Amino acid sequence: MAQISNMMLLLPEIILLGFACLILVVDTFSTDPDHRITYVLSQLALVITISLVFYLHTGATALAFGDVFISDPMSSALKAMIALYGLVLFLYSFEYLTKQGWVKGEYFVLGLFAILGTMVLVSAYSMITVYLGLELLSLSLYAMVAMNRDSASASEAAMKYFVLGALASGMLLYGISILYGITGTFQLNELNQQILQHSEQTGLLVFAMVFIIVGIAFKLGAVPFHMWVPDVYQGAPTAVTMFVGSIPKIAAFAMAMRLLVNGLEPLMTNWQTILIILAVLSMGIGNITAIAQSNIKRLLAYSTIAHIGFLLLGIIAGSQQGYAASMFYVITYALMSMGAFGVVILLSRKDFESDLLEDLKGLSDRNPWFAFIMLILMFSLAGVPPFVGFWAKWFVLKELVASGFIWVAAAAVFFAIIGAFYYLRIIKLMYFDKADETPALEATAQMQVVLSLNGIALLIIGLSPGLLMALCLSSLL
Amino acid sequence: MVELLVFYFFGAVLVISASMVVTIRNPVFAALFLVLCFFSSAAIWLILQAEFLAIALVLVYVGAVMVLFLFVVMMLDINIARLREGFVKFLPVGIIVALLMLVAMSLVITSGYFNREEPAIQVSQVAGYSNTTQLGKALFTEYLYPFEIAGVILLVAIIAAISLTMRKPRSNKTQQPSLQVRASKKERLRIIKMKAEPKQDAGGQSS
Repeated sequence: MAQISNMMLLLPEIILLGFACLILVVDTFSTDPDHRITYVLSQLALVITISLVFYLHTGATALAFGDVFISDPMSSALKAMIALYGLVLFLYSFEYLTKQGWVKGEYFVLGLFAILGTMVLVSAYSMITVYLGLELLSLSLYAMVAMNRDSASASEAAMKYFVLGALASGMLLYGISILYGITGTFQLNELNQQILQHSEQTGLLVFAMVFIIVGIAFKLGAVPFHMWVPDVYQGAPTAVTMFVGSIPKIAAFAMAMRLLVNGLEPLMTNWQTILIILAVLSMGIGNITAIAQSNIKRLLAYSTIAHIGFLLLGIIAGSQQGYAASMFYVITYALMSMGAFGVVILLSRKDFESDLLEDLKGLSDRNPWFAFIMLILMFSLAGVPPFVGFWAKWFVLKELVASGFIWVAAAAVFFAIIGAFYYLRIIKLMYFDKADETPALEATAQMQVVLSLNGIALLIIGLSPGLLMALCLSSLL
Repeated sequence: MVELLVFYFFGAVLVISASMVVTIRNPVFAALFLVLCFFSSAAIWLILQAEFLAIALVLVYVGAVMVLFLFVVMMLDINIARLREGFVKFLPVGIIVALLMLVAMSLVITSGYFNREEPAIQVSQVAGYSNTTQLGKALFTEYLYPFEIAGVILLVAIIAAISLTMRKPRSNKTQQPSLQVRASKKERLRIIKMKAEPKQDAGGQSS
């Protein structure tokens, strides 16, 4: 039963919720057209959340609220990361929205709610909490995608995202209800026990598990549930695309960990087979289709699909080290993706999204420093050795081979090499092509500082990946 | 025995009204049949002694959702002919998909995995047992945290709906007397100096 002492574990969520409601009210009464107060308060809320997560971090596992909430090292680490990324995302978003001239208070409020949903999902220990956290996250994201009402493409993207997302939630819910019907519990740890006792029901359990995997694969954007990804990435305002491409991926990783590893571990051999199909298809279709893209947001969407395939490989490995490698992958991937969209935002001007590959032409002449940052990002995404993307791929593949899935690892390397082509083409465009027009970059000082820090952080993690990997390992063991 | 008869009656009404919702041409009648559909399922829930769910279904769905739905249906001018345009064209595909699903489902169901033992016979509750009380207790103790999150989700839905639909009152046409009084001749009357133009033929027939 819920005790007051256990409620302390929820303090970051409670404070974040309180701040979100406060900011909503403050924004309603403020007359500032730039919504600067809303922005500053949102950043403050995230800073407080991060410090609370650190303050409450004990390294022990504890349950709260009738055991539907768990606080363990993984949830603390992921929550701190999510709130930190939220800070960076809001900074990029504020820059973008100010540039485009439609800053809205609701953007930050909904962003905070999305982050809250992710945090709920990360520390969910019951299928109900998993589902509710996911809905909180998704609903906020749908609204954020549609927020620029004057853009037809954003409305279309939101519509597609919403309809397909609702369908996927339905699938997930259906799987959850069948599991509840068999085992009579929503608790993930009890589910684990019950599955062992109902081993004669394996067929039915696998039937339910397939629906749950569909739900997870949709949220991750793995092939064949990836149809929404390119349209949403391209249609949504770049700031929202950045949001969709970073924090929800961490959430989907946590969801996969909670449901598949904490809940359905006895069915591991079954879900491994399904995930292998999803992963190989994602890496193949993602990387090959990305080559044909001329829009950088669409290209990054297909690159996301390919990276999701890699992320799944660590979960397929089925060992603690494998999960840690996946966690490393998702944390670094979110950082790379934010940086890449950050460069797109940097290049954009009012009423000009700058989302075509051609717009990157001759970036090194226009601004050598940010061309260099983009170079780091692209090398990281491609997985070129000293950069962090290489280590992420390396850790995942190492664990995969250790678990004996050698042909999957070989396929992964093969598709990664194909994928390197389009990343290198961007570098070629930046360094060896001449720009058609060279308008000066419009970026505030803080945007430049954060984007530079983003790139440098990737470089540093790439040079000493052991630190972050040790964190991931310690949070899973 | 009576219970069984009541169940069959409401079950039949449910199935018939549900198929009418799909097949009937007039959307208003379809919505009304949906109301009947909800009503008969509420009755079936009552037979199952789930009185809270039955009441909630009638109050929330019949009372609120369907009335709103009817409003929308009546306000929008839905062109039924256009909605049915693709019916014949997509019918073969629809039939194939339906058959495939039927085959898949029957394969799954007959595979022997679904042969669960019969659920235990429901014990009828003592007098004074309240379904609603039990649900309320569970919601506010065991499921307090999920309940709170559901509340937050509703808040997000409200924020999203308002931020997506509300427009600034830009076509506000109230009068502002103080400004009207202060108006001067300069603001209302524009005097333009124009050169006198040479006289032209009215007809324009001359060539």
